[in-house]
Amino acid sequence: MKKAMRNVVGAVGIDLRLLGMIGALVLLWIVFDLSTGGRFMTPRNLFNLSVQTASVAVMSTGMVFVIVTRHIDLSVGALLGFIGMVMGTLQLNILPEYLGFGHWSIWMITAVVGLLLGTIIGAFQGWIIGYLTVPAFIVTLGGLLVWRGAAWWVTQGQTVAPLDSTFRMLGGGVEGTLGSQLSWLVGMVATIAAVVTIVLARRRKSNHGFNVKPLWAEYALGGIVTLLILGYVVIMNAYPLPKGAAKRYAEAQGIEYPADGLFISHGIAIPVIILLVVAIVMTVVAQKTRFGRYVFATGGNPDAAELSGINTRLLTVKVFALMGALTAIAAVIASARLGAVGNDLGVLDELRVIAAAVIGGTALSGGIGTIYGAIIGAVIMQSLQSGMAMVGVDAPLQSIVVGVVLVLAVFIDIVYRRRAGV
Amino acid sequence: MNKQTPLIEMKNIELAFGGVKAVNDVSVDLYPGEVVGVLGHNGAGKSTLIKVLSGAYKADAGEIFVNGEKATINNPRDARAYNIETIYQTLALADNLDAASNLFLGREIVNRYGMVDDDAMEAETRKIMQRLNPNFANFKSPVSALSGGQRQSVAITRAVYFNARILIMDEPTAALGPQETEMVSKLINQLKAEGIGIFLISHDIHDVMELCDRISVMKNGKLVGTEKVDDVTDDEILAMIILGKKPTKSK
Ligand SMILES: Nc1ncnc2c1ncn2[C@@H]1O[C@H](COP(=O)(O)OP(=O)(O)O)[C@@H](O)[C@H]1O
Ligand SMILES: [Mg+2]
Repeated sequence: MKKAMRNVVGAVGIDLRLLGMIGALVLLWIVFDLSTGGRFMTPRNLFNLSVQTASVAVMSTGMVFVIVTRHIDLSVGALLGFIGMVMGTLQLNILPEYLGFGHWSIWMITAVVGLLLGTIIGAFQGWIIGYLTVPAFIVTLGGLLVWRGAAWWVTQGQTVAPLDSTFRMLGGGVEGTLGSQLSWLVGMVATIAAVVTIVLARRRKSNHGFNVKPLWAEYALGGIVTLLILGYVVIMNAYPLPKGAAKRYAEAQGIEYPADGLFISHGIAIPVIILLVVAIVMTVVAQKTRFGRYVFATGGNPDAAELSGINTRLLTVKVFALMGALTAIAAVIASARLGAVGNDLGVLDELRVIAAAVIGGTALSGGIGTIYGAIIGAVIMQSLQSGMAMVGVDAPLQSIVVGVVLVLAVFIDIVYRRRAGV
Repeated sequence: MNKQTPLIEMKNIELAFGGVKAVNDVSVDLYPGEVVGVLGHNGAGKSTLIKVLSGAYKADAGEIFVNGEKATINNPRDARAYNIETIYQTLALADNLDAASNLFLGREIVNRYGMVDDDAMEAETRKIMQRLNPNFANFKSPVSALSGGQRQSVAITRAVYFNARILIMDEPTAALGPQETEMVSKLINQLKAEGIGIFLISHDIHDVMELCDRISVMKNGKLVGTEKVDDVTDDEILAMIILGKKPTKSK
């Protein structure tokens, strides 16, 4: 029976670890749903959960590369805060002077500057690590202190608010969603893309004369993916805008607002779309580019990588630059979601990001890790926190639970790897 | 001696680690279609010497000539550009990657969009393995899951696949069983017939006597001497290795 299960799983081509993580997540959701009397698995909560996860999940994909190359980045939370501060100050105190308040290009300029800043700072830290050979732990621990201090310096500790209204849409507030029709469109496109990918991969393999999975397994995989994507769209569309927002929407569209209310869907939140794009790009980078291949080779055996002609120092710079860029994207999402940038923006995020990557199966010894794993890890972390808050667990107990779960997850992973011999 | 231009001439190579002179004023050369054995005890400096040639280390002093022309080898990529391929003693495999990814590491096959083409690389790997080690079947697992002999075949295959003109083999049969060792011997003879020059590092005198044309013996970082295999006896080679004594009589 067990063996039959394993054969089925193997045929579909999903590894057991992925299945285990999804199982843990589903279990978590069911437990929280039962203990909150059905308040956990509601469209509203799942919408919030996905929005809250986005920022940490975006960073966790970069942390996979960092950890795979046997480094660590403790500075991402502080860097997020610093970039957020700079972006906030730029769009509130500097750009309006030149462009006028509420100018359409403000959000774009801000985001681009944030992205550049993150990339440059990341590259700089990577240069110290790669070329000056100061351990990443120390460099980024220093970075944690430096960027948190620098963030305070930008405004002398004052909170910057309210952020540009277009910029705020990137955080997925009431206005920052796709609505029902666009969500369906995105869902359809994603489904078609997934199916085409599966078909093309199969064709490529059989062209080379390799063994391919049984046809039913391909159908099953395609079916599961389709169900997940479209199911998500249905749930997000089932979450209506609150009264006030619906009224504003109706006015903007020139529709009469009926006395008994109007059902306007939220649809997929923009930060989730950003996460989706990041996830796809990072997966392609990891699996299909030379850079990605070298990241994993270097993590598996730095000497071998070096002897194969890979410039591992430059690679380190690139990995940390990428981490910085993703931190900037996360800073956009996090600050836009709050609509303001305070001094505590991103505090402790480095630990959430590292935990997400590690729970998602990234090995601190290097060479092993997946993008999807890190994202599921981020969802698990956020589910734990939101769920416990909803159940009414005290904050101190919450962190105790998260800590224990982290250690437990890694322990299970180690045992699994030893058994599986990988 | 041979009238041709040597494929490789390493002249007066020196390299120190801290205070230790791992290689001290060593000169060796290699001709097309020739196998030169590099012998010596553990720690004699053999691996260090050939790592200078493969670009892993940069010599403190000395010169390298390829086909009679002065060569600049600052890193492994430079060496590969001269068609110098190396099988390292440590194998230099990324344990977390599969055989194909290791074989093509640093020289991946990409499609027209610049994306790594894993299927094409696996197909090529299967093809060459079919020739070099038909028993090799595990193309999917990371190489950490392979046996010592299989890992060694991956390292050997990698060196042979890319049209090497100069091949460096640092203890290539260390992890191999008798059957696989026999296969490597056959491979060496075949490559030699194709005109490839081979530096063979080994501690097995019998391997060396059978496969090599000349031997260079090192001791404590210094070159004891270079002899034609046909001109010396096993005992004389042992004396060179153990005592650092050059054979006195000339036949
Ligand atoms: N990377 C290194 N750093 C410091 N010392 C080294 C290094 N590599 C080799 N050595 C030293 O150089 C000497 C020669 O080593 P090696 O070339 O590996 O010898 P062999 O291959 O002949 O056994 C030894 O004393 C060894 O300890
Ligand atoms: Mg050696």
